[in-house]
Amino acid sequence: MSETAERNVLVDVRNLKKHFSKGKNVWGRTTEVLKAVDGVSFQIRRGETFGLVGESGSGKSTVGRCLLRLYDYTDGEVRFDGHDLTKLGEKALKPFRRRIQSIFQDPYSSLNPGMNVLDLIGEPMNIHGLYPGEERKEAVAALLERVGLKREHLYRYPHEFSGGQRQRISIARALSVRPDFVVCDEPISALDVSVQAQVVNMLEDLQAEFGLTYLFVAHDLSMVRHISDRIGVMYRGRLVEVADSDELYDNPLHPYTKALLSAIPIPDPRAANARIVWTGEPEDAERPPLREMAPGHYAALPE
Amino acid sequence: MTERLLTARDLRVSFHTRDGDNQAVRGVSFHIDAGETVGIVGESGSGKSVTARAIMSLIQPPGELIGGEIEFRGELLNELPERKWRKIRGNQIAMVFQDPMTSLNPVKKIGQQMIEVIRRHRGLGQEAAKQEAIRLLREVGISDPERRIGQYPHEFSGGMRQRVMIAMALSCQPELLIADEPTTALDVTIQAQILELFKRLKDNPDTAVILITHDLGVVAQVCTRVIVMYGGMIMEEAPVEDLFYRPQHPYTIGLLRSVPKRGGGTRERLVPIEGTPPDLLDPPPGCPFITRCPHAMDKCKELPPMFHIGPGHRSLCWLAEKDHPTVEEVGAGEGNTDV
Ligand SMILES: Nc1ncnc2c1ncn2[C@@H]1O[C@H](COP(=O)(O)OP(=O)(O)OP(=O)(O)O)[C@@H](O)[C@H]1O
Ligand code: SF4
Ligand SMILES: [Mg+2]
Repeated sequence: MSETAERNVLVDVRNLKKHFSKGKNVWGRTTEVLKAVDGVSFQIRRGETFGLVGESGSGKSTVGRCLLRLYDYTDGEVRFDGHDLTKLGEKALKPFRRRIQSIFQDPYSSLNPGMNVLDLIGEPMNIHGLYPGEERKEAVAALLERVGLKREHLYRYPHEFSGGQRQRISIARALSVRPDFVVCDEPISALDVSVQAQVVNMLEDLQAEFGLTYLFVAHDLSMVRHISDRIGVMYRGRLVEVADSDELYDNPLHPYTKALLSAIPIPDPRAANARIVWTGEPEDAERPPLREMAPGHYAALPE
Repeated sequence: MTERLLTARDLRVSFHTRDGDNQAVRGVSFHIDAGETVGIVGESGSGKSVTARAIMSLIQPPGELIGGEIEFRGELLNELPERKWRKIRGNQIAMVFQDPMTSLNPVKKIGQQMIEVIRRHRGLGQEAAKQEAIRLLREVGISDPERRIGQYPHEFSGGMRQRVMIAMALSCQPELLIADEPTTALDVTIQAQILELFKRLKDNPDTAVILITHDLGVVAQVCTRVIVMYGGMIMEEAPVEDLFYRPQHPYTIGLLRSVPKRGGGTRERLVPIEGTPPDLLDPPPGCPFITRCPHAMDKCKELPPMFHIGPGHRSLCWLAEKDHPTVEEVGAGEGNTDV
C-alpha cells in the first residue's frame, strides 16, 4: 500500500482470530473450540462506512466487539489510527475508548432503564471528563435536538420512548464524546421500515457533519448496500469477499455472495428472484485466502 | 368465479390494560377467496397479529373481541361454541406462528409430533401417517426426511423447525393457512427456501394463505393481493401489481419510498415517514395517519370511508374522494373482490 493510502486507513484489522471454548472436560480443559472469527483482515478508511454482512453465526458481530475491545483476541492485530490496540491495558486504552463508540441492535436492553435521558447521554461525557458542570446539560440538550428529540425529553426515562426514539438516544449517547469511529451493530433491525429510513438518514447526516467512520454490521442487505461505501461478506468466520458496494452487488464473484444476494426478496412484483443456491463447502475443506481479482475487489476463490 | 372462503366484517379487538383500553383492531373488514395468497403488511403494533388471532378465535384476556363477525364458508364462526371452533381450527384453518420453538414439543421426536397431528385430523393409520409425514417434510425441502423424523426439535436448525411447523400446518390440508411473520427471524438464504414453498402454495388452488410480514420484498414475491394496516385499521387493499405501481394511500406511498430502491445506487437518499405511529390507548379521532401525513387537511379529523379505486383496490383516504365512489356506493355486486 502506498504511504497516502496508509494514512487514509483508520482501522486496520490483520488476521484477527477469536475462538470461544464450547465445552470443558472434568479437568477444566477446553475440549471443543468455536472459531467465531478465524483469520479476518480488512481496512476501514477515514470517513467511510464499511458494511459487514453474513448470516447469523458467521462472526460479524464478534468482529465488531473485537474492534470495541470488549474481548481480547485469540490472535491477530487491530490498529486504530496507527496505534496497535492489541496489547494495550485498560489504562492505555482509555483515550481509544472515547474515540471508538458503539450503537447496538436492541434499543431496549442497551439503555439502562433506571437512568433518565440527561444521565444516559451525560454518562460517557462524565467518564471522559467532557463538558463539566453547567455546560453538561446544555451539551446534552443540543445533542438531543440534533438527533431529532426535544429538550423536554431530558428528564424522561427509556420506557417512555418508542423504539426509534430510543435508538436516537443511543446515537446521541455514542456521539456525546465526539468519537471518530462508531461500530453500528444491526442498529436498525429492531425498527419499523418507515422509522429505519429516519435513523439511516440521520446516521448519514451525522457522518458528514462530524467526519465519522462507521462499521455497519447488518443482515438487511439492501440497507447495507444503501449506506456502505465498501462491504465485506463473512462466511463461517472468514471474509469471502470485499468490494465497493455497487461493484459487489453488480458483480459478485464468490458463490456464497451470489447466493446471498440472489436470496433478497425484490420489492417489485414484476421482478422475480432468480435464486442461486450454494450448498457450501465441506467443513474440512482448505479455505483459500482473499485475493485481489480486480482493482479493489477481493474474493476468496481457489487459484 | 372465485369461491369466497372467509369474510371478516368490522372486527374490533381491545386489550383492557391498567392504563386503559388498547384499541388494537378498530374496524377491520376483508375477505379471502379460495386458493389465493394475501399479504398483510404494516408496522409493529398496527394490529396484524391481533387480526390473525381474532380470525382463529385465539384472543385471550385481557384482550376481547368487542365487535364484528367472521364468516367461513357461509358459517358465522364467532357464534360457534368453542368445541366446534377447535374442529375448524386445525382442520380447515391452520396457523404458523413466528417462533417455531415455542410451538414444538422439545421432548418429542419430530416424526411422532407430526404423526399425531396427521392421525388426529385425517384419521390415517400409524404407517400411512408416517409416510405422509415423510412426504410433507420432503415437500417443504427437508432432505433425508426418513432419518429426520427420528430426531428431536433441538437437532433442527431454526429454519428447519419453521419448515416443520409449516409442514405440520399443511398436514391437515387446511383451506386457509395463516402464517404470522414465518421468516422474520431467519437468515435470507433460509428465508428464500421458505418463500419458495409459499410460491408453490400460491399456485395450489386448494390452500389459501394469509401471510403477515413487514417486508415489502416478501409481499412482492409471494402475494397476489395485499392489505396494508396502520393504527388498527386497513389503509389500503390492492392486487399486488396495483399496490406497487399505483399505490393510493399516503401511508402506502410513504412505506414504499422508505426502502432502498432496487438498483438505486448507494447513498441515494431515503425518504422516511416522519413521526411515530399513533398511541392506540388514545388514538387520534379521524384518520389514524393524520399525525404523519404530508397531505393532512381539516377534513381528515373525520374518519374517511373506504373509497373504491378499482377492482379489488380500495383506500381509506379523503384524497380519493374526488374521483372515486365509496366501496359502499359501488356495492358488493360490482368489484367482486371488495367486501
Ligand atoms: N396480550 C396483549 N396485551 C395487551 N396488549 C396487546 C396484547 N397483544 C397485542 N397487544 C397490543 O395490540 C396492538 C396490536 O398488536 P399486534 O401484535 O397485532 O401488532 P402487529 O401488527 O402484529 O405488530 P408486529 O409487527 O410488532 O408483530 C399493539 O398496541 C399491542 O401492544
Ligand atoms: S385521510 Fe387525510 S390524513 Fe389520512 S391519509 Fe388521507 S390525506 Fe392523509
Ligand atoms: Mg405481529
